[in-house]
Parts: sequence; structure tokens; C-alpha cells
Amino acid sequence: MLFAFTDEHDMFRDTVRGIFANQCSAEAIRESWDSADGRVRGLWSTLAEVGVLAIMAPTEAGGLGMDEVALVRVLEEAGYGGVPEPLVEHVAVAVPALATAGASEMLVSAISGESTCTVALATGGPNVVAQVAADLVVAEHSGSLLAVDSGALTVAPKDSIDQSRRLAEISFDPDAATLLAGADVALASDRAVLGTAAQCVGVARRLLDFTVEYVKERRQFGKPVGSYQAVKHHLANVRLAIEFSAPLVYRAAWSVAHSDDAAVRGRDVSMAKATASDAVDHSCRAALQCHGAIGYTYEYDLQIWLKRGWSLSGAYGTASQHRDRVAGTLGLLG
Amino acid sequence: MDLELSPRYVEFRDECRTWLRDNKPADPLASMDSSVGFEEHRLWERALFEGGWSVPAWPAAYGGRDCDLIEWLIYEEEYWASGVPGRVSANGVSLLAPTIFNFGTRAQQDYFLPRMAGGEHIWAQGWSEPEAGSDLAGIKTIAVRDGDDYVVNGQKIWCSRGKYADWIFCIVRTDPTAERHAGLSYLLVPADAPGITRRTVKRLDQESGFAEIFFDDCRVSADNVLGEPGQGWAVAMAAAGSERGLSLRSPGRFMAAAERLRELAVSEAGSGLDARLRDEVVDAWIRAEAYRWQTYFVAAELMAGGDLGSEASLMKVFWSEMDLELHATALRLLGDEAEVPSDWLDGYVFALGGPIYAGTNEIQRNIIAERVLGLPRR
Repeated sequence: MLFAFTDEHDMFRDTVRGIFANQCSAEAIRESWDSADGRVRGLWSTLAEVGVLAIMAPTEAGGLGMDEVALVRVLEEAGYGGVPEPLVEHVAVAVPALATAGASEMLVSAISGESTCTVALATGGPNVVAQVAADLVVAEHSGSLLAVDSGALTVAPKDSIDQSRRLAEISFDPDAATLLAGADVALASDRAVLGTAAQCVGVARRLLDFTVEYVKERRQFGKPVGSYQAVKHHLANVRLAIEFSAPLVYRAAWSVAHSDDAAVRGRDVSMAKATASDAVDHSCRAALQCHGAIGYTYEYDLQIWLKRGWSLSGAYGTASQHRDRVAGTLGLLG
Repeated sequence: MDLELSPRYVEFRDECRTWLRDNKPADPLASMDSSVGFEEHRLWERALFEGGWSVPAWPAAYGGRDCDLIEWLIYEEEYWASGVPGRVSANGVSLLAPTIFNFGTRAQQDYFLPRMAGGEHIWAQGWSEPEAGSDLAGIKTIAVRDGDDYVVNGQKIWCSRGKYADWIFCIVRTDPTAERHAGLSYLLVPADAPGITRRTVKRLDQESGFAEIFFDDCRVSADNVLGEPGQGWAVAMAAAGSERGLSLRSPGRFMAAAERLRELAVSEAGSGLDARLRDEVVDAWIRAEAYRWQTYFVAAELMAGGDLGSEASLMKVFWSEMDLELHATALRLLGDEAEVPSDWLDGYVFALGGPIYAGTNEIQRNIIAERVLGLPRR
């Protein structure tokens, strides 16, 4: 029994944090908005090199053979870093699905970074992220998961307020796709929800750090605005929201990794996402309010995390949708 | 990470659960804030002590069983889930005992701790004064050294259990020339000492929850200073960390309350539960789980040698507001029956105090902003 991350988890987290800080600056993110595929140059291959893409692949397939507990730590950092790559879709959902199905060629290509995967799950609604960057879509169809080659898709792109999210509605001919036999749709959905919850926590942490730094510097009436109690209490509330959402994400990660009971797993994942969505919504509001007008501008980098927060809060289910799911497991839906 | 209880903890949990089930009083006790109920609760303390479940986290030498923090959290979960009476000894066990362990002399530890564990000494807290609430450093009660004694004059207020308690742990000013945080001492005062007058202050529900305590040339042995004279503030703040953090409000009681709320919602929802109330019930349940896991993670950090420090303020704000909202939801579920006395109504009135005592939540939010986030004090 160990109610803590291991040293290995912490070291991996630190490595990833360093990579995002170096290779995924706000400037690099803004450059990615102007690119055709929406990607940060060179980042994907670095993530492949250090094994991030292979966290959830078994060691015998060349993966790290780690589990969701290691994964959420990394995805939290991706949220903190504002990383625009489809990490939840690729690392948390597609790679383990390919591994379960024994789709070894597709798996090797995915963990080496040669290919990029995204997913199309009912829980995610009609909008598929990063389709333009993806070579492969792991798509839910009639209770199964299929692997669909990007070339076989009919694509209708859509805008998001978050320029890092290149959305598209897709359709395809299921007969031209590969069945990922044995890959569980419910588990895939839970992983997508869990990974997104972890990112929400990371985004919330970044918004808080951003704002704390700002209110220490910004002076009005001869004092830093961060010395006023109204501002202090806003930010204390953000810290509270983060402090009590992160443990639910870690708990849910452990459940997905270790529980055979799909109801427990689903309940824990939904508790995490409901709380993390609320936490990031709260962080966005408080961060913008405490910044004032400067936070409302396109030029100031806060907007990167505000928009990520808005979009991830609803991605793979809003807080209220996940509360309803928890209500069901608690016997409250009649 | 491994969140499954290992076999020795499962064994511990089962032993604890069995004892509580077998020893639970057949009938509910009278309120611990009545003279009859106070003594009934003292007997329950005695029963816990004789069963070895009064102070499980303490060393065996003082009546405990040397539990680690995880065992203590398991004990608390079992305690609150079992529906046994509350702890009339909570002020002493949760707030004073950690301070005696940290600052007490060997003689003080040997005298006070076993008596506290066995229910012989029930303690009240004598910190707040009419002019020293959130601004606790404004304490005016004065204790002047005279031979082997201190002579105490002044007034304390909002002392929970203060009417019937056997002892009072006080912060008093021993250096009248010093100001604010300096010149304070932590003094342990027998409640039956001559010169003490105790008067009940009725709570808003008419329960006699508090006392105000007057000291009129009350002589207290200088041996009863806890820590060094003049260091009272530092000694008190160590206890305040315990009060806000783990030891006063373990997750067990909120998990038990959230489960009772869920059951209430199911039983009240014969004709379908209003969606908004359903969300509130779910939120209460989620928050209790969040508090539970956060507490386990914090406990693991402490066991690895970490320090809770100012983060205790995060815990305090969270549990007090969770508790209040949980009970408010229960009253909304009860609808027009909510005003009729019930355990839920009692719980609500009790929970209303949470954001006020142990340092108001406004003060806690200042601490979070300044000491956890590093924002400027002024």
C-alpha cells in the first residue's frame, strides 16, 4: 500500500515538464497555430524518444509497460504546458487499444512517433481533435473500436476558439476499417475522460501560477494588487479547487489501472472529471478577473490556457454530465 | 502507488469494526452539552479507553496502540460509520494532546495524558476573548507570577464544553509590557480552581454549547505552563495546525454523513429527485471522497517526514464548507419538515460553526494566499 507516487513517477514527470518548458513555449504554440497541421515542430519525436508515446504499451511490444497512474502525471504536465498535441487521444486511448487488439504494426508505428493517432468516441461527441495531424483514427462503431486510415475519411473541418484544437467531423466506411478485436469501448472512453481530467488539473495549475505572478507585480493604489484581500480570496479558492480535484484524478487513475469493476471505474473517472472540469472553469474565471483587461487580449499568453480550459472542461463530458453518471452509480437516478 | 489496504491494515480495520459494533451503546446518549449527557459521554470515553480505542494513535505507555496515520484514518472511518457517540474529549485529544507531546515536560506528559485518555480529565479550550477573536494576539487575560503560582485575571469566551470540563487550556499574557504575539504563555488551568466562574452561553439552537469563563485572582501553579513562559503563541500555533488539519476532522465523519445523505435522498425521492438537489447530493459525495483521498495522500507525505504547515488551512476551509453544504442539502431534501428538530437539523446548526471556529475561513484564505501562494501581506 502506498498513497503516493513513486520516485520513478516523479522523475518521469520532471523529464516531461522539462521537455514542455523547452520545446513548447508560448511562442512555439503560437507558431503551431500558423502551421498547416497545427503541430509543435519536433515535439512529437522528442516525446517518442523519451517514451511518452509508449507509456501504455506493453514492454514486449517495445513500450514502457506503465499504467494510468504514470499517465495522469504526464498529462497533467501537458495541460500545464499548454501542449497542443493529441496526447490524450494517442497515448491514453489509441495505443492501449492497438496493444489489446494485437495490431502490432500500427502499435509500433504509434509508439515510435512515426504515426499520430486520434480518436472518435461517442463520449467525445462529433468533434474529433487533431484529425489534420493524424494518420490513424481509432473510432467507435457499433460497440467496437475500429482503426481507420486517415486517407479513408470524409472530413468536415470545424473551428474551435482554441486554435490548438483543429476539430473535424468525420465519416468513413466501416467495411474499409480494421476491427480492433478485444479493445473495450467503455475502457477507452474512461481513459479519454481520465486523461482529459488530468489535463484540466494541469491547465488550472498553470492559470493559477500565471495569475499569482501577475498580481505580485501589478500595482494599483501604490500596492501590489495581490495584497488586497478580494484578490487573495479569489486565488485561495482556485488553489482549493485544484487541491481537492487532483486526488480524485489520481484515485481514478488507480481504479482504471486496477479495478475489474467497470461501475467503480466509471464512477471514479466521472468524479474526477466533474471535479476537474469545475476546477478549471473556476480557474479560468478567477485568472481572467484577477488579470483585468490585459488578460482579455489576444497578445497576452494567458489566453492560451483560458481557451484550453474552456474546451477541455467540456471535452469528453461536462461536469454535469459526469455528475449524472455518478448519480447513477449512487442509485439516485430512480 | 497502491490504494488497496494491505493485509495488516485490513486486519486492523476488522478488529476496530468488530469492537465498535459489539460495544456501541444500545440507546443514544443525551447531549454532551447537558450535565447528564456530559457524564454519559465520559463513561463512553472510559469504555473506549478500556477497549484500547480511546487514543489509538498515542504510544502504548499512555493508553494508545501506536497506530500510524493510516491506521488512525481507518479507525476514524470506522468510528464515524459505526454510529457510536461523539467524542466529548475531542478538545483534549485533538488539540491539546499534540501540544503536550511536542512541548510538555515528562512530568506533564505522565500526569495529563493518561487522565485525558481515560476520560478522567475532559478539556475545554480557553483561547478566544471578547476582544480577541480572529485577532487572537489581542489577548488581555493576564497571569502574574507570584511565588510558585500565577495569578490569573480576565475573561475567556466561546469555550466549547467549558461549562462541565475538568480542565481548561488557556493562552494568557504573562508579560504585561509585551505586545501582541510576545509575552503570551500557554497555561493549563483546573476548572475547579478558586476564582473561576463559568457561565453558559446558549448557542443559537438553545443548546448550552459554550461557556464564558471569568478568572478573578485565580491561582494556578507555575508547573502548569506548557512550553516556555512567553512562548505561548508558538505553542498555540502548533496546536492550531492540528485543529485545522487532520486530527480534528478526519474524512471518516464526512464520508459517513455523505452516505447518510445519499440514503436520505433515495428515501425522499419516491416521486423522483429534483435534478438540482440530485447534483448537490452527488457533489457532497464527491467532496467527501476528495477529502478522503487528499487526506490519505497528505498522511503518506507526513509519514515520509513531510510537514503539513500552512496547507492545513486548505483542509480546514474544505471540510468546514463541505460539511455545511452537505447539511444544507439535507434540509432542502426534507423540505417543509426541515424546521422540525432532527439529527440533520442538529448537524446543520453544528456545521454552521465550522467556517467560524478554529480560525475563520476568511483568515484561512488569507493564510492560503500569503503562505501557500506567496502573495504579499500588504
